[in-house]
Amino acid sequence: MVKIDNYISIVDQSVIDDLKLLAEKLKGKVIQQINSTSVGGGVAEILNRVVPLLKELGVDTRWDLIKGGEQFFEVTKKFHNALHGRPQDLTQHDFDIFLETSQKNIEEVNIYGDILFIHDPQPIALIKKKSENKWIWRCHIDLSNPHPKVWNFLKDFIMNYDSAVFSAPGFSQKLPIRQFLISPSIDPLSEKNKELPQETIDSVLKKYNISQDKPIITQISRFDRLKDPLGVIEAYLQVKKYINCQLILAGGTATDDPEGLKVFAEVKEKAKLDQDIHILLLAHNDIEINALQRASTVIVQKSIKEGFGLTVAEALWKAKPVVASNVGGIPLQIKHKYSGLLCHSIEGAAFAIKQLLNSPEYAKKLGENGKEHIKNNFLLTRHLRDYMLLFLSLYHKEDIVYL
Amino acid sequence: MAELRKAKEPFRFYTRLHLSELTGLRASTLSQLLNLLKEVSGSSIYHHTHRFLQQHQYLSPEPPNDFAYWVADALGEDELGERLASIDTVQYSTIRALRDKIVLTIDDYLKNNPLAKLKFAHQGEEFHFIKSISFVIPTSHTAYDLEGFTEILKKITIDSIYFHIFEARLRLERQTNDFSNWIETSVGDKEMADDISKLDPYTHTLEDLRKIIIRIIERRIYGKNR
Repeated sequence: MVKIDNYISIVDQSVIDDLKLLAEKLKGKVIQQINSTSVGGGVAEILNRVVPLLKELGVDTRWDLIKGGEQFFEVTKKFHNALHGRPQDLTQHDFDIFLETSQKNIEEVNIYGDILFIHDPQPIALIKKKSENKWIWRCHIDLSNPHPKVWNFLKDFIMNYDSAVFSAPGFSQKLPIRQFLISPSIDPLSEKNKELPQETIDSVLKKYNISQDKPIITQISRFDRLKDPLGVIEAYLQVKKYINCQLILAGGTATDDPEGLKVFAEVKEKAKLDQDIHILLLAHNDIEINALQRASTVIVQKSIKEGFGLTVAEALWKAKPVVASNVGGIPLQIKHKYSGLLCHSIEGAAFAIKQLLNSPEYAKKLGENGKEHIKNNFLLTRHLRDYMLLFLSLYHKEDIVYL
Repeated sequence: MAELRKAKEPFRFYTRLHLSELTGLRASTLSQLLNLLKEVSGSSIYHHTHRFLQQHQYLSPEPPNDFAYWVADALGEDELGERLASIDTVQYSTIRALRDKIVLTIDDYLKNNPLAKLKFAHQGEEFHFIKSISFVIPTSHTAYDLEGFTEILKKITIDSIYFHIFEARLRLERQTNDFSNWIETSVGDKEMADDISKLDPYTHTLEDLRKIIIRIIERRIYGKNR
């Protein structure tokens, strides 16, 4: 079990001391976090890390789940896609299912916290139980272009919260409540991000028959159209005309996601064009993902839409030069030409990859800057600090707060 | 080594942590940016002219404010970007005065370059006004003399250095920084206080600033060769 003091070697004692100072200011408050699942997905992943560390710091944090059947989660999946701006076939029946399950949760979930921290749309209706306590709605979704029908439906709930939290400035909406910007984070001590011995990296490359003799371009993402794996192959093929290199596309695909399986099949088909393209299905193998990132010459994240894009932070943390689309939370992580290269098209991605492969010193500098940027802004310790500041902000309305 | 005098008053180190509040205000054109610049809160001007230093402290002295970066990067107005980046922030001891200068710079530019009004940022690249909510917290570190002061300075966070140099100076409308103020009034060394106060903090990274201040003090304590 990772302890808060384990992070001292990465972020310095003084940063941890600040966390302890903040935690003291929250003594006596109970923070109740609520979401819909304890495993799988980014929200559960971050809560699994944040909750024990907040507890260790002395902030009384507890975590509860709502319940829902298959139909409910089908509806919330549609909500999720609609909020991402993808058209969905939503009927009144869908909204009725959502409200019905929500009502059961309102009746069954025990609300005891001084501060209720509600994650994403699934438990949003619990706000109906609001009394003297403070309520925060934490949105982990890219809301830059939400489907109005779903957004307006959810907005009626959100307006009753004390504050809302978004991951990127472009996700904020016109709301009568305070809205905060808190980016997600990566855990530098997790299997996905910790330092690895060279032998581990070598053995993973060997396992997948990846040569160390030519540059490696990698995109780590699930096989989803929004991650544009076919576009990455196109970009790679354009680079390959000039530079002998290889491509790794690695990630998982949910077996219950027919669209994902279709994309995977298309990617496999297209990969036949070039024997240096490695398509790897690697769901839940964090050490291998870590090793592949560390072995890469350039890392790509050519998403069409992105909630935040933590794979970019993971790559930058490993001081890798990154080429990524200018979408979602990616521009928060990459300042173009300072800490990576942003692109808007397949051609742009190909050009940027070529630039980095041909200018290793420049690529190295971008990677180093990127690592420093992630260290200062996107590690779990910053996330803990922001959450504690957020809790404190509920009791202070002024712009400068003296604690 | 010079004799170390105990300070008349101890120096208590504070830290300043901030939370970013989204205002929901966004600009796609220079005219929109200009109008919003006139009406947003001081905390928002502060955020966009100072947070950059903290977030990208390793990049300094790169564009020192978000406005400069955005007009160059999203609108392609490199000349205006340069003018905004080169505003001598250290000259302005209030956010009000700094805001006026930024507004005037954009206003002048638009008068001379009316076509710039026609440029707009692509969807997703708009300028989003954010404001900083600052939390000022006393740390457990207190210095009673210069030696203790430098020892603490070596280990406190950059947020603490930031608070005592920038926050004290600009946002709280004080003419000097907390370190110089203490060294002058409590330690009684005006020359050293002036040396620190003369630094332009906007053109150093925060880590560099830490090193330079430590060097100034240690030279004083231990002699020139240190």
